[in-house]
Amino acid sequence: MAHLNLPCDEAAVRALRVGEEALLSGRLVTGRDAAHHWLSSGYRAEVAPFMAGAIIYHCGPVVRRNPDGSYTFVAAGPTTSAREEPYQAEVIGRYQVRGVIGKGGMGDKTRQALVEHGAAYLHAVGGTAQSLARAVVRVERVFQLEEFGAPEAMWVIEVKDFPTVVTMDAHGISLHDTIAQASGEVLQKLLGKA
Amino acid sequence: MNSLDDWATFFVEVIARATAELPDDVTRALRQGRTREKEGSLAAMALDAVLRNAELACSQGAPMCQDTGVPIFWIHHPAGLSTGMLGRACGEAVRRATAQNLLRENAVDTLTGRNTGNGSAPGIPSVHCEEWDRPEVKVELLLKGGGCENVSAQYSLPHSKLGADRNLEGARRVILDAVHQAQGRGCGPGILGVCLGGDRGTGYMEAKHQLMRPLHDANPVPELCAMEQRLLDEGNQLGIGPMGFGGKTTLLGVKIGTLGRVPASYLVSIAYLCWAARRATARVAANGDVSWPT
Repeated sequence: MAHLNLPCDEAAVRALRVGEEALLSGRLVTGRDAAHHWLSSGYRAEVAPFMAGAIIYHCGPVVRRNPDGSYTFVAAGPTTSAREEPYQAEVIGRYQVRGVIGKGGMGDKTRQALVEHGAAYLHAVGGTAQSLARAVVRVERVFQLEEFGAPEAMWVIEVKDFPTVVTMDAHGISLHDTIAQASGEVLQKLLGKA
Repeated sequence: MNSLDDWATFFVEVIARATAELPDDVTRALRQGRTREKEGSLAAMALDAVLRNAELACSQGAPMCQDTGVPIFWIHHPAGLSTGMLGRACGEAVRRATAQNLLRENAVDTLTGRNTGNGSAPGIPSVHCEEWDRPEVKVELLLKGGGCENVSAQYSLPHSKLGADRNLEGARRVILDAVHQAQGRGCGPGILGVCLGGDRGTGYMEAKHQLMRPLHDANPVPELCAMEQRLLDEGNQLGIGPMGFGGKTTLLGVKIGTLGRVPASYLVSIAYLCWAARRATARVAANGDVSWPT
């Protein structure tokens, strides 16, 4: 079990290996479809300092606004990462994030960007929105709330012992590719083609 | 229940159950899957996390998954009840449940990209009312998230690449392909609702309605019953496992129905449902008594 304190440096991420569980503490920034499009269509100087060395979390949370104006994450599991594939490599490079948390894995372009920039893809267990919301200890601030709505806004949060599995590491290995290939071979057998 | 407001209040209760309480049959199937996975494996870890989360959600009365999905209502009602009123009550219930954080603000205007902020929009919720000859009302609700919706698939047979002809064997081949294509992206272990026949619209609706069947029920049509068993077994042989981490538990169930088709079409519609199978069924007797069959 690895422990990663965020923000972190490149060496800490290069030490992570596929198949390893990693507990994260420190800063995450949520971002999904609207955010990735926005981040990659220009340089967003206001969010850049929050992203350097941190990790982007593909998550559209249920958020409660408290009477004092602060926010609480009510439910906050990962969303499908594949949708960010067209933008992810550029976002990683431009904002120097050290990784991505999501579910379902990502494609070849992202895999190469992880190697090039020293970042990792960390898989959270999809649907476990209650457990993961409990790992969010503080909502620091939010960007683009008005423009994107709560699920798509970029929430800067602090987490403690947020559970993930490394499924794509900074050395070009992807658990998703391995499983897709192995299951493809079984499929061919079941279809009587191999 | 006489007014729109009464019905909306009741529908909020149905939503509250669906969003927070994993049905018993699904919990049992997850536990069973857990016994098959190797100690210390990622599959075992994922199933433990899922079961723990289900307990938390239930005890908190909070959404087990943040993607509370498209609420799909199927309502069977006796003659004399207004379907217009029931539809409006469903919309009102979704807005109230969204305000109470039982549902996420989950509806976006497709043209402007703006979130409506209240959970409803044209087509959301999706409401299907049908009159029947019984005195009571049956309400079925499925909260179907976007991740598993995006890996759902529809095949037009014949499909030469998969060697799939227009018969049950052809259907079996494309269904297995759909499970392979989905990998872990639909938040497996998943449940497949399948419709053989119909058109591209009705086929998917029937496939989704199949997802309301409890996992332990037996299909009354013998050849479909056998096909459900076989596909469950073969799907699990694929080794995709929980979340696509690898493992023995790729599917929790397969449910297959049929609709008529036109001679020119043989469609197989496959609605993939994530492990967070948020469904609820309620019956309202003629005297207003509510029951929750499992």
